[in-house]
Amino acid sequence: MSNAAIARPLGLDPAGTVHVTHDHHELGFLRKYIFSVDHKVIGIQFLFTGLIMLLFGGLMAMAVRWQLAWPWTQMPILGKVLFPETGGVATPEGYTMLFTMHGTLMVFFVIIPLLTGTFGNYLIPLMIGAPDMAFPRLNMMGYWFWWPGIVCILLSFGAQGGGPAAGWTAYPPLSTIEAAAPGSNWGQNWWLLSLTFVGVSSMMGAVNYVTTIVKMRAPGMGFFRMPLSIWGLMIAALLQLFALPVLTAASFMQLFDRVFDAGFFTPPDIIINNFSPEAGATVDSVGNATGGHPLLWQHLFWFYSHPAVYIMVLPAMGFASDIISVHARKPIFGYKPMAYSMAAIAGLGFIVWGHHMFMSGMNPSVGLVFMTATMMIALPSAIKVFNWLGTLWGSRIRLNSAMLFALAFVAMFIIGGLSGIWMASTPPDIYIHDTYIIVAHFHYVVFAGSVMAIFGSLYHWFPKMFGRMMNETLGKIHFFGTFIFTNGVFYMMHQLGLAGLMRRTADPYAYETYAHLQPMNQFISICAFCLLGWQIFFVVNFFGSMIWGKRAPRNPWKATSLEWETPSPPGHGNFDKELAVYHGPYEYGVPGVEADFVPQTQKCEHVSAH
Amino acid sequence: MSQLKHFLFRITVAVLFVLVPILGVYTFVKAPEWRLWFPENVSSYGDEIDGLFHTITWMVGITFVGTEGVLVYLILRFSKKDASKANYTHGSHVLELIWTAIPALLLVFVAFSQMSVWSKIKINLPDGEYTAENPFMEVYGSQFDWRVRYPDADKNFSGADVIESAFDIYVPVDTKIVFRLKSRDVLHSFFVPKFRLKQDAVPGMNIPVWFEAEETGTYDLICAELCGWGHYKMAGKVHVLAQDEFDAWLEGRREALYSNGSED
Amino acid sequence: MSESIAAYDPKVDAPAHLHPVYDYDSGPPVERGKFAIWLFLATEIMFFSGLIGAYIVLRSGASTWPNPADRLAVDLTAVNTFILICSSYTMVLSLFAAEKGDKGGTLKWLGLTILIGSAFVSVQVYEYIELIHHGNIPSKDIFWSTFYVMTGFHGTHVVIGVIWLATVWVRVLKGKYPPQNYLGIELAGLYWHFVDLVWVLLFTIVYLF
Repeated sequence: MSNAAIARPLGLDPAGTVHVTHDHHELGFLRKYIFSVDHKVIGIQFLFTGLIMLLFGGLMAMAVRWQLAWPWTQMPILGKVLFPETGGVATPEGYTMLFTMHGTLMVFFVIIPLLTGTFGNYLIPLMIGAPDMAFPRLNMMGYWFWWPGIVCILLSFGAQGGGPAAGWTAYPPLSTIEAAAPGSNWGQNWWLLSLTFVGVSSMMGAVNYVTTIVKMRAPGMGFFRMPLSIWGLMIAALLQLFALPVLTAASFMQLFDRVFDAGFFTPPDIIINNFSPEAGATVDSVGNATGGHPLLWQHLFWFYSHPAVYIMVLPAMGFASDIISVHARKPIFGYKPMAYSMAAIAGLGFIVWGHHMFMSGMNPSVGLVFMTATMMIALPSAIKVFNWLGTLWGSRIRLNSAMLFALAFVAMFIIGGLSGIWMASTPPDIYIHDTYIIVAHFHYVVFAGSVMAIFGSLYHWFPKMFGRMMNETLGKIHFFGTFIFTNGVFYMMHQLGLAGLMRRTADPYAYETYAHLQPMNQFISICAFCLLGWQIFFVVNFFGSMIWGKRAPRNPWKATSLEWETPSPPGHGNFDKELAVYHGPYEYGVPGVEADFVPQTQKCEHVSAH
Repeated sequence: MSQLKHFLFRITVAVLFVLVPILGVYTFVKAPEWRLWFPENVSSYGDEIDGLFHTITWMVGITFVGTEGVLVYLILRFSKKDASKANYTHGSHVLELIWTAIPALLLVFVAFSQMSVWSKIKINLPDGEYTAENPFMEVYGSQFDWRVRYPDADKNFSGADVIESAFDIYVPVDTKIVFRLKSRDVLHSFFVPKFRLKQDAVPGMNIPVWFEAEETGTYDLICAELCGWGHYKMAGKVHVLAQDEFDAWLEGRREALYSNGSED
Repeated sequence: MSESIAAYDPKVDAPAHLHPVYDYDSGPPVERGKFAIWLFLATEIMFFSGLIGAYIVLRSGASTWPNPADRLAVDLTAVNTFILICSSYTMVLSLFAAEKGDKGGTLKWLGLTILIGSAFVSVQVYEYIELIHHGNIPSKDIFWSTFYVMTGFHGTHVVIGVIWLATVWVRVLKGKYPPQNYLGIELAGLYWHFVDLVWVLLFTIVYLF
């Protein structure tokens, strides 16, 4: 079977060796690269868009870090763009906008799209042996529905009164009453619309992923022969399906509160900035409706956004498992416990949202129920860590860039997971709630965890995506700096939190309690700038390797799963040979076989069928 | 890569990974010295919160050092260039049972050990002079100040004799203070680090909160829930006075109120 | 047509010259489209659960709540509810006709469903106009806020359903649904039944209680 018919995404073909057979009609540029229905092209579109948004979100973080290290001073480079009217000095409302947008961009435009959009699209059909997604056109729409979301979020920056400034959690009444904050003007409306579009996009993707996984597995690819990446992606998609609509409903209610002066989240008898909702009004003479409840939004918001945390980590866990097994040349330890614990995390994830609300005024007795459920969710997380360690025991580790990032994911996830136990415990949470220890905790999970796994996955699947190998030396340099500076940025935030430092405080040093914390914040900020700067090694390697990288063979890592049975990169339709799956995806080091791996498509009497 | 080069690389990676638990523990040990630790506690229940935190820190710390240590050992031990195959195993039921059961027991223990302290601080109010219906004071959050109201002699919060002040809250020492926390506009949160006390103020709600300060002094009151652009400067002070000083202060405020009233 | 072939669409899946056609691993014996629409309906259930949940919380937390009968035209809406339920029946008849290959019958019953759906929306629009004319807008009080959000989003769903059914009607006219493959009608029907069901729920809690 020749490579002849294989159309290459992105035109990164080696030395013009692309031939298109005469029976395969050539798609125009627009249909092939822009409005493509090929899951691989869509995945790569998500990848590039997501990486650009990662840069935006990262720059927001740098601006936040500058303000925390040297408050009210002229911000180099970014200041000119963000705060031209003050000569580059942050304004208090500008600062609130910065961290709001940093959170929003990173959650909805970077981590979720990179994990589910990029790798979900790229890997699901390849790993289960399908030629494409179940609904390719819906898949394309999923990507293009993301764009109105991006446009809306960009428009919110330029809205009158400035960008949304009520935090990525958008707690009302701050977010709903225009008098409450300058950003609670059109900025907030664009923000809500943006979330709705992103939600529709995610929903389209999730329906597609689950249908594809359930209906389109290759012959012999039973559920318990799927790579753990697929388990992670499928469970994340189910979380999207069941949790996201609630946020969409809540966003519409908030939009009604804002645009039509409805009263879902506005309690009676409040006076904000000399504005009384009952008396004053924006679109009519009647005034706002009141009688709503601010906590209602918090419940609805966290009903989605806690499961969203698992959407942001379960696929990463799956990718790390696959990378570790491949580069440790050893079967994953406890495959079924790994799969079941992901399902357990997702299931429990629906009944723990109240742990974000221990201090909110929610009935404190309910807090005890949420605490117990939250403690239980640490259990499947612990099981996963032990199984990763079990996988490494007696293995033959290849310390390449992909593996280093996957190992870093495990090391960092341990920190993020363990610190969760502090804040799940209600009495210590009284003190640490909303302090920097929380910031440390979720950045250890989502940045040091998921982003490390994303980097690892890029190094691991780059040869498949672009048909070329990435540079290992640059990859390792990238890893060392990223690892050091990540810990430099986030570790000492634990101790800042113990000293009581609150999040979202533009100038903490005005408080006597915090005055001595500035040097540590300066250290953290310098690490953060270095962390961002260090990514140049990744950018150079990533784009350079697309052009100058060594040609990748079909299976450069000697891996067993189905995506490595295709050409690198795979053509339209993915597989160029008949597929049948005979056993699980983790058959490395099988005794009695000459090679140290047995691909899933290879019948082997030394491997048990399940 | 030559043997030596690979050896050095393995060592470097191992050092990098082992630095995480080493520096991680070191910074926690040194944190009190660097004042990156709990500020001193002056409330009656703060020690119990700190105690629970420390118990969890020990458990979490041991697990942290243990798992990271094992990870580093495995990386170092099994990254040799070795032509032989890895151990061929798909797992172990016994091990799965062990590392499910032990953490499960520990986590249940942690969860249950929190409950009494939480009930004492947040669910039940203390027996004493002040109750939810008859609070010591009312505290309002409002963009961007804290306002406090002391009731008149008839325990009413509306009337000419009600004393109001902004930013500064005065309370007597060694008294179980129950107060109502409210908000006039958006969400705020009443956080006094040295009391180990935090509670959101929610518009439309009337949340009873209590504390008992055991040492006189002036303590920072911090807004801990984003309340708008001025969130960072919504700083108040809680002044804990000896009972007689507090009485004198209250008397002074009452007299000032009456003299102002007579001038009108 | 066996199930596995029904699930495979060469036009969509891939050009056949690249890889052989094969049966997929046995998933549940249900077409892809039907599986996907059930997933989609699950998200819709969660969406309306969010809205209805918020309504229940706000209503049970309110000190007073007006009697809906004093504010809304319950009789008119009861009739409207009845005809919407009837449209579920006509939808089923249309599907039966499609199954038998009775194109005329399919068009007739599907057309009637579309007509009833449009009538339902028209009555709703009339009700909205009357209410707004009397100053009962979402900002008046929390009752009206919840009323408009819940009935409004349901109304939007009915409009989408009518448009969907209309496109299906045109495709039936063009003969796109032979008796072997009328899945497209069935999917639109499932959505339509769901929208009806939600309305029965909304009518009960918003108008009757």
